Amino acid sequence: MDEMLSVRQLMKTYGKGCPACLDLTGPDHGRNMCPVCGTIVACADVSLDVYPGEVLGIVGESGSGKSTLVKTLYFDEEPTAGEFYLRSYEDGVPNLYDLSSRKKRWVRNHQMGMVYQNPHLGLRLDHSAGGNIAEKLLMAGNYHVGSIRERAVQLLEKTDIPITRMDDLPRYFSGGMQQRVQISKAMANNPPLLLLDEVTTGLDVSVQANVLDLIREIQRELGVSMIVVSHDFSVIRMLTNRTIVMKNGRIVEQGLTDQIMEDPQHAYTQLLINSLL
Amino acid sequence: MPLLNIEQLNKSFHLHQFGGKQIVGCSGINLTLDHGEFIGITGKSGAGKSTILKCIYRTYIPTSGSMYYESDSYGTIDLARAGEREMIEIRQKEIGYVSQFLKLLPRVTAQDAVIQELVATGCPKERAEGEARSMLRHFGLAESLWDTYPNTFSGGEKLRLNLAAAMVKRPKFLLLDEPTASLDNGSKEAVRDMILDLKRQGTSMMGIFHDLEFMEKVVDQEFSMQSGSITGGRTA
Repeated sequence: MDEMLSVRQLMKTYGKGCPACLDLTGPDHGRNMCPVCGTIVACADVSLDVYPGEVLGIVGESGSGKSTLVKTLYFDEEPTAGEFYLRSYEDGVPNLYDLSSRKKRWVRNHQMGMVYQNPHLGLRLDHSAGGNIAEKLLMAGNYHVGSIRERAVQLLEKTDIPITRMDDLPRYFSGGMQQRVQISKAMANNPPLLLLDEVTTGLDVSVQANVLDLIREIQRELGVSMIVVSHDFSVIRMLTNRTIVMKNGRIVEQGLTDQIMEDPQHAYTQLLINSLL
Repeated sequence: MPLLNIEQLNKSFHLHQFGGKQIVGCSGINLTLDHGEFIGITGKSGAGKSTILKCIYRTYIPTSGSMYYESDSYGTIDLARAGEREMIEIRQKEIGYVSQFLKLLPRVTAQDAVIQELVATGCPKERAEGEARSMLRHFGLAESLWDTYPNTFSGGEKLRLNLAAAMVKRPKFLLLDEPTASLDNGSKEAVRDMILDLKRQGTSMMGIFHDLEFMEKVVDQEFSMQSGSITGGRTA
């Protein structure tokens, strides 16, 4: 397997489903709710590959299914159907969705890091910053207190969190700091894959720049493969070489990021590009 | 085998928001570039010159036609149909693109921008630093600017930085989109010296120039374009 990860025919629906669901939803119909049975098709027919050290962008408006997609990759959501292979797990042979929940947890704790838009999803705001990192390390079976503390210091230094704040609660941190603690936590076990879901949305521009620079530095220095979900083309342009555009739960276009921005093919992508400020 | 053989290249843009309006970028383009050769293209703005370069670099997806390129990594490959991964690899290692517009990442100093280009090709950091400096010096970018962010640079400074970043890799094939557009005569000469130097080392080039006089001294073949088509050509 050359790819770092491979996803095939991923689908996630909410509702009982009917034979018409897939035919009557998607970008051609401009909806993701099945008009026959009311099922929500959050994403369907999604196939993608990420190569080692590559950063793949996923853009689309809210409701396009991009967050559902990454949450399904992080096993936050169970897919309705689909296959997911990770090269770093048993050479990419087993479909990860067929694994037992114990093995899924193992993959999630050892092989992936996730940074959510909302820090309260990724952090325990009432546990210290250091404690949050320790949690991720403990889940991966690292029980040595000294080495946990050492790793936490290392990560917080890397992400520019003053070590003096290590024992403070993230609840009292600024938005940008919370995001940096989340990144520390996600990176704690040096995972080969990092999932970033709208990580700079809602931050001040200067803070946003700081978080983006940190992500770029991690990518450059550690060669981590990443999936970056954003509705913001300037974030995508800064971080990615390749981009996927989603609408109503489907991929409408994919290509080189500069090509998507300068020669968008699909009507929806053209609309997105023309909507840039 | 030539380095690049373009046959019947067409590029049109389909604008969905304007009722499916079609804009023709270029049509019926045939060009052959030999190894180590330099092709110059002239024409008014809007004639389709940049469209050809952007199709080669695949910032644009060609509508039809083929562009057979002799790649070090992939052998003969049709750039019109190459996969995204292949294009990324080819851009990183073989084809450079210099445009009149600077598209550098924010918050990266001038010097680091040039260094990063080299490091991406696998060059060790120490060597990259040395080469980046000598390249910036060659293009006459004031040393006081090396450690600053280029977003406040003047047009000419940005262009010089862009040239340094593209040429430091000594790419096999270089696309030049008006590389002398906003330069004074001294800087133009620096560009010409570097072009001649790269040529001696075997870099093939395709460039768009405003300045015919400047161009004639470096090109092997010259083509002129009008409304998306090549209307004339001659060998220098």
